[in-house]
Amino acid sequence: MGEILKVTNLSKSFPGVKALSQIDFELETGEIHGLMGENGAGKSTFIKVVTGFHSNDSGLIEFDGENINFNSPNEAVKNGISTVYQEINLIPMLSVAENIFLGRQPLKKGLKGINWRDLTERSERAIKRLDLDIDVSLPLNTYPVAIQQMVSIARALDIEAKILILDEPTSSLDSNEVQQLFKVMRKLKNQGISIIFITHFLDQVFEITDRITVFRNGRKINVFETGNLNKLDLITSMLGKEYKELESELWQKDESKDGEIFLSVKNMKKAEYMNEFSLDIHKGEILGLAGLLGSGRTEIANLIYGIAKSDSGKVWVKGKPAKIHGPKEAIAYGMGLCPEDRKVDGIIPELSVRENIILALQAKRGIFRYLNKNKRNEIAEKYIKALNIVTPGTEQSVKNLSGGNQQKVILARWLAANPEFLILDEPTRGIDIGAKVEIQKFIIDLKNNGMAILFISSELDEVVRCSSRTIVMRDRHKIRELTGSEVNEKIIMNAIAEG
Amino acid sequence: MINKKILGLEDPLKKRLLWAVIGLFIVLLLNLLISPEFFEVSLQEGGKLRGNLINILNNGARVCILAVGMTLVYATGGIDLSVGSVMAVSGGMAALIIRPGYLAGLPVTDPQPPLIIIILLPLLIAAVLGLINGLLVAVVKVQPIIATLIMMYSARGLAVLMVKGQTPTYYGVPFTKIGTGYFAGLPIPVWIGFAIFLLTFLMAKRTAVGVFIEAIGENKTASRYVGIRTTLVVVATYVFCAVCAGIAGLIHVSGESSTSPYNTGLLIELDAIAAVIIGGTMWGGRFTLTGSIIGALIIQSLTTTVYFQRWPYEYSLVFKAIVIVFVALIQSDVFRLKFRQIMKLKK
Repeated sequence: MGEILKVTNLSKSFPGVKALSQIDFELETGEIHGLMGENGAGKSTFIKVVTGFHSNDSGLIEFDGENINFNSPNEAVKNGISTVYQEINLIPMLSVAENIFLGRQPLKKGLKGINWRDLTERSERAIKRLDLDIDVSLPLNTYPVAIQQMVSIARALDIEAKILILDEPTSSLDSNEVQQLFKVMRKLKNQGISIIFITHFLDQVFEITDRITVFRNGRKINVFETGNLNKLDLITSMLGKEYKELESELWQKDESKDGEIFLSVKNMKKAEYMNEFSLDIHKGEILGLAGLLGSGRTEIANLIYGIAKSDSGKVWVKGKPAKIHGPKEAIAYGMGLCPEDRKVDGIIPELSVRENIILALQAKRGIFRYLNKNKRNEIAEKYIKALNIVTPGTEQSVKNLSGGNQQKVILARWLAANPEFLILDEPTRGIDIGAKVEIQKFIIDLKNNGMAILFISSELDEVVRCSSRTIVMRDRHKIRELTGSEVNEKIIMNAIAEG
Repeated sequence: MINKKILGLEDPLKKRLLWAVIGLFIVLLLNLLISPEFFEVSLQEGGKLRGNLINILNNGARVCILAVGMTLVYATGGIDLSVGSVMAVSGGMAALIIRPGYLAGLPVTDPQPPLIIIILLPLLIAAVLGLINGLLVAVVKVQPIIATLIMMYSARGLAVLMVKGQTPTYYGVPFTKIGTGYFAGLPIPVWIGFAIFLLTFLMAKRTAVGVFIEAIGENKTASRYVGIRTTLVVVATYVFCAVCAGIAGLIHVSGESSTSPYNTGLLIELDAIAAVIIGGTMWGGRFTLTGSIIGALIIQSLTTTVYFQRWPYEYSLVFKAIVIVFVALIQSDVFRLKFRQIMKLKK
């Protein structure tokens, strides 16, 4: 087998940051090659340089034996390098077939009309190639996310791709859907297509890849043959330190005594949203919320925080009856919320790291008691340091930070506002192990300092490690409340399964 | 690299602001080439400065004031098409207060009502119109362009109905001083414009208003989640914008000694929006009041140039279009990149 892509000594700098330095990378024909590294390691930048989104400062890119230097992602696509991004960049209301051929619809001869029959036939063929059996004439949004992801792949492949780059395609898929995707990937591999697979999921990368390249801080650290690699080596290579160390220093669960009750919710419900539930959260306690996606975890958070209005139910904050009609009031009661979807509901992308960090505190103080300039900088600097946020400076737009660092900025925003109770909805989703461990550690510190925390996560091991009490959810019902030694993955899973 | 840092040019907003300044200089430079006498400024009796540059400031004051209000609305991700009509309402209102018997054919009475009433009552009406805009946008969730389009029609209608379609004339100080008087060598409208700019600038920088508006424009949900009163802030920007329009209306009417409900502020909302865009403010996001003022001055310089050169008025419309396209192009990163690529190829 020959090399389809060979990158030698590639470097790329942005103002103030060396994003990639002297990267070597090889991709063989018909190979599935994992690309791993923490957020900010340079994976995305690397892909963007190879596909012509960014230009390179120095180094060679050989593709199919020729030196290339694409000026735009379009040029890369035309030459056979297609990329499927994590977010689906298709148009929900158009049909599957239209999406596959958007921008290059087959035209009728002579007349300038779209050749619909040709369009449908070719889309059906493209879809069949992925072993899918769906009606291509239906709008894209009638299908689940996994299928939509497949459609983006079908679209990428129809352009006679030789290399397919999948940038975290599995982050919104469930395990069956992941298997379906893997089947397609294996099939493409057999057809001689090379795949670069970027993911944070360790199990997946072991299951599907032939080789794994690890980046760290803009450098290539290692290339592994997946077959004779163990997890620990991979993690160690990604983090640059022993994962075991991290693990042990972290998870000494101290069974600290519960403080007074901070929040008490009784018989709260909202029709067609969440069934009746009650809960108490103590100061200095992490209460876990476990359950599958759509089980009512986020709904509980929204009801408590006043984003959704409950039909009935009573709330007490520190023993006093409370009425919460919206975030503003929740905050006045000493609450804070890191929302599930940080891109949509969390960050203010164009504003600087500093502005993003001070926002909740400033909103609490009101419009006219504006923090003075020194104070603003001081707060931003303090949390950048405390949470180890990787940014060129306080003035950087938050949109330029990696996912994990954006999440830390949102966390910093709430810490600056100094709440007594923090709701964390999937605080570690989509970020790499290193940042994940850091954030978890921070959350435990907060608890030890007396903060009450509602911790929502779809990763059971995370819930188990962090929380001392866990509520198990299913189908918008609170089904179990586990304490002490009951909080373990097996019991939670059984609870979810039995209902 | 170092120079860039000093000028703060890594900030895209400042970059666009710089391009607007360059645009203004180019317009003035063209005048210098065609006829240097354009720049003559003379000191007349009573310490009044006169000349084209003063005219630009004086006549541009209204668009500047509108642009200040429009900037805030635009930064929240909105737009206000009704400012011209609101000007007509506030101007007409002032005229009727001065000459309440106009429709009955009565002359101006003496003594006139106190100046404070002539000013505050129209501004109050303007604020109410702005409040309706704001409520439609922030509470009823009508798209800003539609909500304010409705107001553009209905406020214009109100302005016409108020004076039964006639053009009230009036005279008498002190109200006419607002549009025609001088203070410390400069026309009073210039001072009013400057004061509104300065106050708004300080409000944006010294209070959290600026960062809240930008946050809301960029991401309304996130802003609500951190506890910003998003509805209140958005409504307030529309009220503020309408009050600015009210002030501009008073200046306009006071300078003319008459008010035509059909023509006062006609199409001026487009100048105000153009000024904001030329200045570099983003729709929903970072804003620059200084940029908007410069944008307004660019537009006014063009108009003044056309008058001064005695070219037909229609020319100024074409010039405006050319300048706006030009500034939009040099502000566009994509265009500058392409331009550089083309220059490289030529070499």
